[in-house]
Amino acid sequence: MYRTVYMDNNATTPMADEVKAVMEDNLSLYGNASSMHALGRNAYSGIDWARRMCADLIACQEDEIYFTSGASESNNTVFNIARDLIDGGSGRNRIVTTTIEHPSIIELVKYLRGKGYRIDEAPVDASGMVKLDDMKALMGPDVLLVSVMTGNNETGTIQPVKEISAMAHECGALMHSDATQAIGKIPVSVADLDLDYLSMSAHKFYGPKGVGALYARKGAPMLAFVHGGHQEKGYRAGTYNNLGIIGMGEAARLAARDLAKERDHLWSLRERLRRGIVDNIPDVVVNGCQEHCLPGTLNVSFPCAEGESILLYLDMEGIEVSTGSACATGSLEPSYVLLAGGLDVELAHGSIRFSLGRYNTEADVDYVIEKLAPIIARVRALSTRKV
Amino acid sequence: MENRSFMAQWVYTDTVKDHFMNPRNIWDEKEDFKADGVGEVGSLACGDQMRVGIRVEDGRIADLRWLTYGCASAIASTSMMSEMAKGMTLEEAYHLTPQMITEALGGLPEHKFHCSVLGDKALRAAIDDYLERNHLDNPYRKGTARIICECKGVSDVQIEELVKSGKALTFDELSAQTGCSTACGKCRGRIIEALEEYRHIYGK
Repeated sequence: MYRTVYMDNNATTPMADEVKAVMEDNLSLYGNASSMHALGRNAYSGIDWARRMCADLIACQEDEIYFTSGASESNNTVFNIARDLIDGGSGRNRIVTTTIEHPSIIELVKYLRGKGYRIDEAPVDASGMVKLDDMKALMGPDVLLVSVMTGNNETGTIQPVKEISAMAHECGALMHSDATQAIGKIPVSVADLDLDYLSMSAHKFYGPKGVGALYARKGAPMLAFVHGGHQEKGYRAGTYNNLGIIGMGEAARLAARDLAKERDHLWSLRERLRRGIVDNIPDVVVNGCQEHCLPGTLNVSFPCAEGESILLYLDMEGIEVSTGSACATGSLEPSYVLLAGGLDVELAHGSIRFSLGRYNTEADVDYVIEKLAPIIARVRALSTRKV
Repeated sequence: MENRSFMAQWVYTDTVKDHFMNPRNIWDEKEDFKADGVGEVGSLACGDQMRVGIRVEDGRIADLRWLTYGCASAIASTSMMSEMAKGMTLEEAYHLTPQMITEALGGLPEHKFHCSVLGDKALRAAIDDYLERNHLDNPYRKGTARIICECKGVSDVQIEELVKSGKALTFDELSAQTGCSTACGKCRGRIIEALEEYRHIYGK
């Protein structure tokens, strides 16, 4: 019997049935939400509703939500706002971020540095958590923007955003957090974290792909980065993605409603999986912080076994995971996130990320443990090095 | 209405899949395989490492065993190499190329070709070891050399030896020791490419 066990929910999630249903109900809602006539107004009312759902999810005002194509666009927008302020001679000309951000920030940092912008990256400790002392040392009156993700996509380590936000504001800087992985898994409140900007993406919490949002605090600098229309107060032009935005609204409603239940569910499965792996497979290394951790993320290294092989043998059993091995990064270097925490290169090559989701069950976890143990034994038997 | 769901092929070819799922000639610890020569290339830090053991009879590869730490294409390509090399004369085996292995596998993605097809190099290292153990000359080595810097006549074998021994690990060191790329400079890109490939292979 062929069975699929999807444990790559940090890469993307399946759409919830409720999301599919509301999208199906609105498949024919083709009106341009910017039009004044009835079809346009109908479409806009859907967007209005979705905006309210997203605002409720992160505890902000509706007019602080800007719909985008996803978190990569939201992240880029925030850095572009900072860039424009620097170019405009705001008096502040430095950005502070970390070594473990999503590629949409890491790559942008490389690009902006190439253009001469001053950007510092705070390091992380062995658990993958930003070192507050180092972060503190990077603060100063020349800092314009501080950007730190809420929870890391690879290790699951939850960052001390609230503390860093206080540091940033103390020196007069703006604070952004990429909360893409945290939304729907742990409580994320822009009021509590005291954020000026936040990025999120619908497909990470059971919504559709290609839609996300940027939260910008009322009064925080905003600049147009897609010109050509009055959508989103003129800051983000382009005909509204009615269906995607409505789907995101429903996903946000479910995430807010079921947060506590979801968190408990993910954490209990994650712990069942962690114990199962540690008890049944010799010589494993569990990566990341085990205390402040996104509830569904488990990152494990298997010494003397290479990640892509493990991934593909698991794939043959219908188990879908991801790896920090170089083969997965498309270069000769393994995961920069794991290396940033000081993990041995070899262990990074042999790392597997299990990211559990809403639809995983205890039976899924038990199936993975059952299949994983012989696969690791097999890969190790083939290996030039023995544990 | 017709169902138009998308379904992808496996990551690699069916032959790669077969060798990945059923690797041939594995060096089982329990088997008492008496190797006449052993070669190892790559490193765990690079993400790929291979060890090949050969038994030589009458100037041919009579039997062969291998181990690989690496991705699916590294496992499959070493397995394929092991089948191809068995029965070959040492000379034939020495001239087995990554291209021949890749072709037999029905092709590999470009980025996999460079990093994961190391079986031929491990095999060559095993033959080197066999010849060395038996105090025999290596008549095959020259035949495999390929000139990279035409102005100064520097071959890939020279670069390989300097990198393998750790005598030259940067472009400047290579250039200082061999004179490569000091005339027209046209070969610079290919020298760097070879340098990086050998550093990867030998884990330097």
